[in-house]
Amino acid sequence: MDQESKITIHNLTKVFFKKRTAVTALKNINLEIQDGEFVCLLGPSGCGKTTLLRILAGLDKESTGSFHISRAKKNRPLQSMIFQEKGVIPWLTVEDNVAFGLNMRHLPKKEVKERTDYYLNKVGLESFRKLYPSEISGGMKQRVSIARAFANDPEILLMDEPFAALDEQNKFILQEELLNIWSETKKTVLFITHSIDEALLMSDRILLMSSQPGQIIREKYVDLGRPRNMEMVRSNPKMAEQFVDIWQHLQTAVQASRQN
Amino acid sequence: MDTARITKSHPENPIAVEEHLWKKRKRREGLKHTLTVFSPIFLLVLWEFLSRTQLIDPRFFPPPTEIIGTFAQMVMTGDLFTHLEISFYRIIGGFLLGVIPAILLGLLMGMYTPVKYFFSPIIMALMPIPTLALMPIILIIFGIGDFGKMVTIAGSVFFPVVINTAAGVANIDQIYLDVAKNYGAKSKDFFWKIALPGSLPVMLEGIQMGQAIALLTIVAAEMMGAHSGIGYLIWTSYKAFLLKDMYVGLVLISFFGYFFSILLRMLQKKLIPWRK
Repeated sequence: MDQESKITIHNLTKVFFKKRTAVTALKNINLEIQDGEFVCLLGPSGCGKTTLLRILAGLDKESTGSFHISRAKKNRPLQSMIFQEKGVIPWLTVEDNVAFGLNMRHLPKKEVKERTDYYLNKVGLESFRKLYPSEISGGMKQRVSIARAFANDPEILLMDEPFAALDEQNKFILQEELLNIWSETKKTVLFITHSIDEALLMSDRILLMSSQPGQIIREKYVDLGRPRNMEMVRSNPKMAEQFVDIWQHLQTAVQASRQN
Repeated sequence: MDTARITKSHPENPIAVEEHLWKKRKRREGLKHTLTVFSPIFLLVLWEFLSRTQLIDPRFFPPPTEIIGTFAQMVMTGDLFTHLEISFYRIIGGFLLGVIPAILLGLLMGMYTPVKYFFSPIIMALMPIPTLALMPIILIIFGIGDFGKMVTIAGSVFFPVVINTAAGVANIDQIYLDVAKNYGAKSKDFFWKIALPGSLPVMLEGIQMGQAIALLTIVAAEMMGAHSGIGYLIWTSYKAFLLKDMYVGLVLISFFGYFFSILLRMLQKKLIPWRK
């Protein structure tokens, strides 16, 4: 390979051990993700996709194997995570939530303000900056979460089903907003979802996972130009074919795990 | 039923129907407020009546109007303020002496498991012992001055606050700890941005409880070894059979409780503005 990949995962296995029984959540995951690639991990709940993301996020530790995230710029954090809706800290204002990562790294005040302002503006929350999360809607909270991750300017972004708790209309709007912000920075993204539509809309490549043990059973490239929107995915017959194909694959995976 | 009748009289006007229902709800709200204000007044009037008609013994239950008279007299002579002032000073001093170490230890227990497992059994063992039972020892060690009383109050305020603070930290949702870790919070930032604000709501409930206990303790502490204060006033009035003076003391305690709970509620609004 002539170009070093951004994320390299090598033979990564994670076992949860409790009361003398071991559950293999992830088994021999091998993966390379290129710089600037948007990759979706798609699989049924309980297939270990969240575990993989948490390991990359430094929140869990792999049992064996290793992973590497390559660093392009000094002083840049390796990764930032966009959490699910509850991940916005309730006792910090919108503004302080967005600035959270920057403040934790003790960047100069001026820089913190500039970047916070920029991303507050990007997600359209400038006029809500002094409010607390309890005073804004679920969609706005998720915008805060997105702004917080992008403001931190990490090497890669990890997203853990960020839109799972939103209603469908809000979800469509936020998906497109996220794609817009992403297209500016072209950061490498690993995105977890259980929605096939979402995976087709967002990603360059979809990794299908099976459960117990969690393994990547197949990958599919999404051959659709950018910028994209939901109408394009829905009206494209090729995408419809992809959808059915992925669905059949997942169905067999889900059935298989039920029989176990 | 009522709605049906109104609908008949304004068959075309949904706003009129809703307005009528809204007014009805308003009236019911008003009734609740009236009851809240009326109930203590009712009690006082009943007491006055029973005492004046000698249905209850006015020597033990002097009529409220006479207690108010005694109160006015005590205000005139200035006696009352000396007692109030000294009790206030002891409560505040003892309260802070108990609350501050309790918050610090509670936060440490919440943040560091070894600290928690070390101190938990000690706290559990000491908590059921009433501080008042320890008063003789406290008096020997700290003397019968104000400080001894503050230590007594501090001792009883300490426990609910330390337990609630530790629980407050322990109950912070795991996801906020994940966010802090993922965004690289060091332990100092973690303390100020996550542990302290996250534990505040539960901690303040503990402080509220501590405040109530402080009032119970001060009165008892001043009954034992004191020459001033509200507890002293109540106790000596009782012994001299000046029951009106005693009642004034009791009313003052009630007033103290009200005052402190309003103070704490204001503090709560100030400290946890994110709670809606």
